[in-house]
Amino acid sequence: MATVEDRQFRVEPFPGGTPGNQRLVEEGRLPDYDVVGTRPIRHDGTDKVTGRARYGADIKLSGLLQGYVLRSPHAHARIVSIDTSKAAEVPGVHAVCTNADMPSADHRAGDLGEGIVDWYHLNQNVLANDKVLYTGHAVAAVAADSVHIAEEAARLIEVEYEVLPPVLDVREARGADAPVLNDDVRTDLQPAGETGDTPTNVAKHFHYEKGDVDAGFAAAELVIEREFTTETVHQGYIEPHTATAFWSPDGKITVWTSTQGSFMIRMQVAELLDVPISKVKVVPMEIGGGFGGKIAVYLQPVAAVLSKLSGRPVKLNMDRSNVFDATGPTPGSYMKVKIGVDAEGKITAGEAELLFEAGAFPGSPINPGCMCVFACYDVPNGRIDGYDICVNKPRTNAYRAPGSTHVALATETIVDEICEAQGICPVEFRLKNAVKEGDERVDGVTYPPVGMWETIKAVELSDHWQSPLEGPNRGRGIASGFWFNFGGNSVVAATVNEDGTVSLIEGSTDIGGSRASVAMQLAEILGIAAEDVTPTVVDTDSIGHTDVTGGSRTCHATGLAAIKAAEDIQAQLCQRAAMLWDVESEQVEYGDGATLTGPEGKTISFQEIAGKLTQTGGPVVGRGSVNADKHGGAFGTHIADVEVDPDTGKVQVLRYTVVQDVGTAIHPSYVEGQMQGGAAQGIGWALNEEYHYGDDGRLHNASFLDYRIPTCYDLPDIETIIVEVPNPGHPFGVRGVGEVPIVPPPAAMANAIFRATGVRMRSLPMSPPKVLHELLSSDG
Amino acid sequence: MPRVHIPAPARDLTGGEVELELEATSVRRLIGALDERFPGFADRVLEDGELKPGLRVAVDGHVSAMGLLAQLEPGSQVHFLLAIGGG
Repeated sequence: MATVEDRQFRVEPFPGGTPGNQRLVEEGRLPDYDVVGTRPIRHDGTDKVTGRARYGADIKLSGLLQGYVLRSPHAHARIVSIDTSKAAEVPGVHAVCTNADMPSADHRAGDLGEGIVDWYHLNQNVLANDKVLYTGHAVAAVAADSVHIAEEAARLIEVEYEVLPPVLDVREARGADAPVLNDDVRTDLQPAGETGDTPTNVAKHFHYEKGDVDAGFAAAELVIEREFTTETVHQGYIEPHTATAFWSPDGKITVWTSTQGSFMIRMQVAELLDVPISKVKVVPMEIGGGFGGKIAVYLQPVAAVLSKLSGRPVKLNMDRSNVFDATGPTPGSYMKVKIGVDAEGKITAGEAELLFEAGAFPGSPINPGCMCVFACYDVPNGRIDGYDICVNKPRTNAYRAPGSTHVALATETIVDEICEAQGICPVEFRLKNAVKEGDERVDGVTYPPVGMWETIKAVELSDHWQSPLEGPNRGRGIASGFWFNFGGNSVVAATVNEDGTVSLIEGSTDIGGSRASVAMQLAEILGIAAEDVTPTVVDTDSIGHTDVTGGSRTCHATGLAAIKAAEDIQAQLCQRAAMLWDVESEQVEYGDGATLTGPEGKTISFQEIAGKLTQTGGPVVGRGSVNADKHGGAFGTHIADVEVDPDTGKVQVLRYTVVQDVGTAIHPSYVEGQMQGGAAQGIGWALNEEYHYGDDGRLHNASFLDYRIPTCYDLPDIETIIVEVPNPGHPFGVRGVGEVPIVPPPAAMANAIFRATGVRMRSLPMSPPKVLHELLSSDG
Repeated sequence: MPRVHIPAPARDLTGGEVELELEATSVRRLIGALDERFPGFADRVLEDGELKPGLRVAVDGHVSAMGLLAQLEPGSQVHFLLAIGGG
């Protein structure tokens, strides 16, 4: 059997794309589908481009009240008392609530599918009652006839604070003298370790070890150890958080909200308000971005409590400063990473110490950071220690490939330094060390078929890599990255209409074009056009439990549910055809071209039999339900060309290519869009984005004027090369797409800056002042 | 027999053993067998008879949706991992 190195590849334009959209093709192996891999217009496109799509803030209900949340001005303080009496007396105010109006919570773990939440901590994050742990921490809320009245009343709420010293840096926060945020937190050694017995800010310590690390470093010809830091950054979704709730007199709560997971909102609202999930209906509105930041509840339980107190529906919207102050972010970090290589450039050992900000409550993405830090490479000996550390910042939440972007900065920068020191081409180094099927990560898990090597091969064959970069102060860097992806629970129901179309309902919020990709998978199985399937995202009372649109899982898992639903339809239609032909259903086959065939040359098309459902037993509804667990991880490798202004330190991106193994691209345009969008966010994280805190723990740049995300003026047209190494855990080979592309950009940019200037950047963001500082320092 | 990978923090219980082969047809039975051989192991991974919150079991490289009920084949590889939240 030929090894991967023996196979022949080429890079060519991906049909239907722009000139910058390409794919890696293996000679003699091209996928053969009718619908998969095509580019139909998205089903929700017209509503979105004409402004008719309904988002959370568009909700209008009879008797609707507007709410306002009072937030802490302090980063760390004990709440001595809260007096809401003056606010309640303001004309037009209908309800005022604090944590005391919510049921008490205890330290139990809630499983949100992809992650765990401590219900007590979530209760405290929604409305504080003992301590405030970051500026912007919600303390009380008011519902009134208008948001202006609610705000005026909220300002009359008297909160007496005992101000405490804040701690903002992870290295300081784990020190013995640091102020402890949560008296209930003990260090939990994971996985399968023991728990400490003293209060601390270090909530978790993850430890992974493989092989003989000391011997691995002893065998190395070159060992490089470096320290890295990253700042707190926000997901930067354009739509702020919003929630409207109505607590009906019959005890039923309805929530209209912007969320990545309506069922996760239902679970959290039910748990925090101590009502059965059957009493909560969540209606997912269209969503203006989430990236991991719209899974946890903030406003939803508060709106429900205000509704219960007032007897009327209540809407709560955040403004942008609320979003920055109190939601998201992804953690800042400190990392020390060491890699050893032998004389041939093969990695002999790796070691990492990773400190991630948890924010106010435990729960940073430190564990995936640990599992990703050496995930791209065959590391025979490794030791990884990661720490989840509470600091006086907002509780961190997921952000595209949580934790992986941080650690890729460290590993990929050191890899580049090794290549420089040993005179090895960065592509050659990666081809030599890339993980393949059967290789074992430091955490012990063995890889199924993966496409890391193929992404590097695509880089090697790309026009971008083969084109010289000329001119002063210019440099080219590459970097790779990994993300696990996810499967989980998904449900699809699909009804065959009399005209031969299909109405599909699902519970997955559509963020990145998943309506289209799910509908296309059903269409491929049935042999009908994607346009003949109408996908609709429905509320939690109308479909079975579906996990979040997150973890790059929807196209895979909800797609699997759609495939099952299609197969269910096929089986039922075979029975109907058998009835029409008076034969056994086993004698009928559902074949290509959406045609059912029976004995003696009998045929009937999908459209024809759809018109005969009433006479053969009634409507046909296909059902698909999965808890998918063979999602397949994915790798990406990026190429960045930059020019650095030596006078200002500004980094201009000249050309950028994203190469990614997507398994199989169901709708290439949306795959390319994810690759480009992830890269754009990663470039922003690399070059500009950061939370600026004062020593008092107050955030100084809580607006898009001062928190600079990239715009179209900052970026070139990002090129893409889709690599398709099919995931054996899906009939079409789908892997997740949405998260990997944010992982390599900071490291790719750092490596490009080095090639342009000779300066190694090991701290994000690589903003003009910091780059200029390094340039001036390097000049002596 | 299935092979189980012992997480680094639990190797104090196994005398440093990293991988073991144990006779078991399910993850629940595997943990029982581990606890019998290395007393205290079950307490590290179970709470009230279920996997500890956030703990997952991977069988042959895939985090199993079945948890303790996951069936094992001769040659299955088992890992204990923590839940990973995506974005």
